Amino acid sequence: MGAILVRRLAGAVPILLIVSLITFGMIHLIPGDPAVAIAGMSATAEQVANIRRDLGLDQPLLSQLFDWYANLLRGDLGRSLLLGQPVVQATMLRLPVTLALSAYALVLTLLIGLVSGVIAALRQNTWIDQVAMVLAMLGISLPSFYIGLLMIILFAVDLRWLPTGGYVAFTADPIGWLATSTMPAVSLALLLAGLLARITRSTMLEVLRQDYIRTARAKGLPNRTVVVKHALANALIPIVTVVGIIVSLLISGSVVVETLFSIPGIGQLLTQAVLNRDYPMVQGGLLITTALLVLVNIGVDVCYAMLDPRVRYDRT
Amino acid sequence: MTERKRASPFRTAMRRLLHHRLFILGCVLFGIVLFVAIAAPLIARVDPNKLAMRAKFRPPGADFIFGTDNFGRSLWSRVVWGARLSVLIGGAVVAINAVLGTAIGAAAGYFRHLDNGLMRINDALMAFPAVLLAIAVTAVLGPSVNDVIIALAIVYTPRTARIVRSSVIVLREMEYVQAARAAGAGHWRILRHHILPNAMAPLIVQLSFLFAYAVLTEATLSFLGVGAVPPTPTWGNIMAEGRQYMTDAPWIITIPGAALMITVLGLNLLGDGLRDVLDPRLRIQQ
Amino acid sequence: MSLLTVSDLTTSFQTGGGEVTAVENVSFSLEKGEILGIVGESGSGKSVTALAIMGLLPRPPARIRGGSIQFEGQDLLKLSDRSMQRLRGPGIAMVFQEPMTSLNPVFTVGEQIMETIRAHENLSQKDSFGRAVEMLEKVGIPSASSRMTDYPHQLSGGQRQRVMLAMALVCRPRLLIADEPTTALDVTIQAQILELLMDLRDEFGMAIMMITHNMGVIAETADRVLVMYAGRVVEQAPISRLFDHPLHPYTRGLLSCVPTLDQDQERLIAIPGSLPEPSRRPPGCRFSSRCLSAVPACSEAIPALETFEPGHAAACIRIRDIA
Repeated sequence: MGAILVRRLAGAVPILLIVSLITFGMIHLIPGDPAVAIAGMSATAEQVANIRRDLGLDQPLLSQLFDWYANLLRGDLGRSLLLGQPVVQATMLRLPVTLALSAYALVLTLLIGLVSGVIAALRQNTWIDQVAMVLAMLGISLPSFYIGLLMIILFAVDLRWLPTGGYVAFTADPIGWLATSTMPAVSLALLLAGLLARITRSTMLEVLRQDYIRTARAKGLPNRTVVVKHALANALIPIVTVVGIIVSLLISGSVVVETLFSIPGIGQLLTQAVLNRDYPMVQGGLLITTALLVLVNIGVDVCYAMLDPRVRYDRT
Repeated sequence: MTERKRASPFRTAMRRLLHHRLFILGCVLFGIVLFVAIAAPLIARVDPNKLAMRAKFRPPGADFIFGTDNFGRSLWSRVVWGARLSVLIGGAVVAINAVLGTAIGAAAGYFRHLDNGLMRINDALMAFPAVLLAIAVTAVLGPSVNDVIIALAIVYTPRTARIVRSSVIVLREMEYVQAARAAGAGHWRILRHHILPNAMAPLIVQLSFLFAYAVLTEATLSFLGVGAVPPTPTWGNIMAEGRQYMTDAPWIITIPGAALMITVLGLNLLGDGLRDVLDPRLRIQQ
Repeated sequence: MSLLTVSDLTTSFQTGGGEVTAVENVSFSLEKGEILGIVGESGSGKSVTALAIMGLLPRPPARIRGGSIQFEGQDLLKLSDRSMQRLRGPGIAMVFQEPMTSLNPVFTVGEQIMETIRAHENLSQKDSFGRAVEMLEKVGIPSASSRMTDYPHQLSGGQRQRVMLAMALVCRPRLLIADEPTTALDVTIQAQILELLMDLRDEFGMAIMMITHNMGVIAETADRVLVMYAGRVVEQAPISRLFDHPLHPYTRGLLSCVPTLDQDQERLIAIPGSLPEPSRRPPGCRFSSRCLSAVPACSEAIPALETFEPGHAAACIRIRDIA
């Protein structure tokens, strides 16, 4: 187990190195003079010069690169032009909001996706299966912001059950958090639950055809044990690998959902940064989020190894 | 049985596709969108950006089939021209992916010395959350239709390259490829005649889903305000502008949203059908 | 009363091209402690018969169209799912052909044996552990108690088949169905497993239904043999009669493929042609399309199973002419 963790961490190093290099290079890909682009059309020459100096854009490229990594190692990703705050601090302040929302959406995704996928597989080719798969297909075809807008129109504007947006921290008021987070979480989860239900169904069908399922039945195990223990334990192995992709899609989805519901998370922070040409914030936010995702995927790999004894034993 | 095997694989696939009801439904849905996109200048003669302040917030009806928005612009014209942009952007991203993804994937899969380097960069690009990378790229390049196409291509090409690479790696070791190599065929000839034609099936499946992602992500970007600048009539822009008026004029949101859904649904059904018929791993299951 | 009596069993499968019959009017019986060999090519319906007895045919697409399966006096086809589930294990157990894929890869060997015990008996964790170890020792797994925590992928094919046997026998079944139990194994391991099966039959006194396409395996183990072709029983005889005086042309063909253990061919090459697909079976005697002794009359009606000697029956209208 430890060996797998070490190997995955080592494998992540080159990825993160390239990720940070791409993030560094972004600002230099701005057509024309980046300092002018950041300062805006109406800026004076002096303002442009200030920005150029603050961001170190007047230095040779190699020394900029050196500074970038030197600062990175110290945990310094520069200062947000818009907020005046250090990028790391601004990100860390918003991170819990996005994490809480993503966790909520992930729980919903897993519940809806796994349960409906397993039931559809067990009732293959019945109306239950067909209804579940039609819903899953609709789920993956509806953009989360459209679901969100429709929910706002229905539940916030017409029925007035939930607020149209805003955010209350869970630690401050759990009920308020639930009220403000439910619509965003559902609009994120429907798409992913559809994805997961489809994968769970096909994986379960594949597993239920295996010889060891027939063996389990031949031993006289009750049907529930055969399905829940023997089939699901095997089906979860490929499903776990999908969870890494789901988390990545959750983060992507939270960008638009946070903006739609005015939730002060990382997604909203980055959208604002992009709209205001706050490049240090864009670079830093992107790098931190991606690094976190890489860590999540390492965790997924370790879970995978824990679930599958063939991996666990063969490679340690 | 033997006769069936002798029929060309292409015709077998076509026959199976024509019996796949959901695939047909997907073709019909996407076909409608494609038709609307191509015929936009003919079926929506009113300029999508023509303001008519006296006709604002008209609900869908006889005068304006889809109603009008807050500037009195015809929503029918805007949604139809939005279809044109969605199809244009999606199609361009698919075309870039087909060319670049195949080139990178084939190079990495076929030439072992290139594999490590190319795939490291590929993996790094895939490590970014897709929408975040896309908005960051548009932040760098700027908000225009061309820049959105480039951003989406940067986000999705690595995913296509990975799929091509894995087929090429399998095909590279096939006996007939080894035989061609032994017979003195050059790399280019082997790739063109023996490997790539057989790597097409998973690529085609991927590209149809990719079209759906591209349309969806483009709509997301313009909804966020980092895509093509308003008043360009993209579905995302129309919905973003309609947000303020959703209490009184919900059709400004629901109609382009439904158009978006029909497009993505059609492409997903199409992709599902192609995968059922073309992907050999799933064929075994039946 | 026989332990198992199958009468007129007929099953079919729903396929894309309509319903096809897999097993037709199959009847046989099995006494306590007896080993009945069922032999035939793949597709002859022998495995379908076994799964029908186990109640494990996937329904749909399979359907039991008629007949009865009496086990210890009760008709298994009329039993509820729950009673059938209780019977599997302590009543009838089964081992399968593929030891590589028949064990669940994510659970330990011990867990897979112990859960079988727990499903049928009220035993403490400690006692069921003891029973499982004892059973592993009986099937010849060395240092059994330390193997309990192994996963299937850590064992060799032969060891896995021994584990499958231990799992099948741990609830002391009265009938063991062994479906090609040695086909996937090397020759030396095959012989060991067959010998083990014979020893366990002697020790536990269970009956065994030995399903195989290998005449050598039949010769080594069976007391009585049932020969199946294209879903029907074509010959039934005590082992010595069958090998000395085979009646049906198909059986003769089978026996002319040298009956030694180390010959393992999936198709029996001594007979020209191959088993017809269910949808392309010839009219009348199903073997007529491959039979060297066939005459036009063979295509007119399906021949009935006729007894020629006590315990020896065959389904062929030409037997008196060709004998």
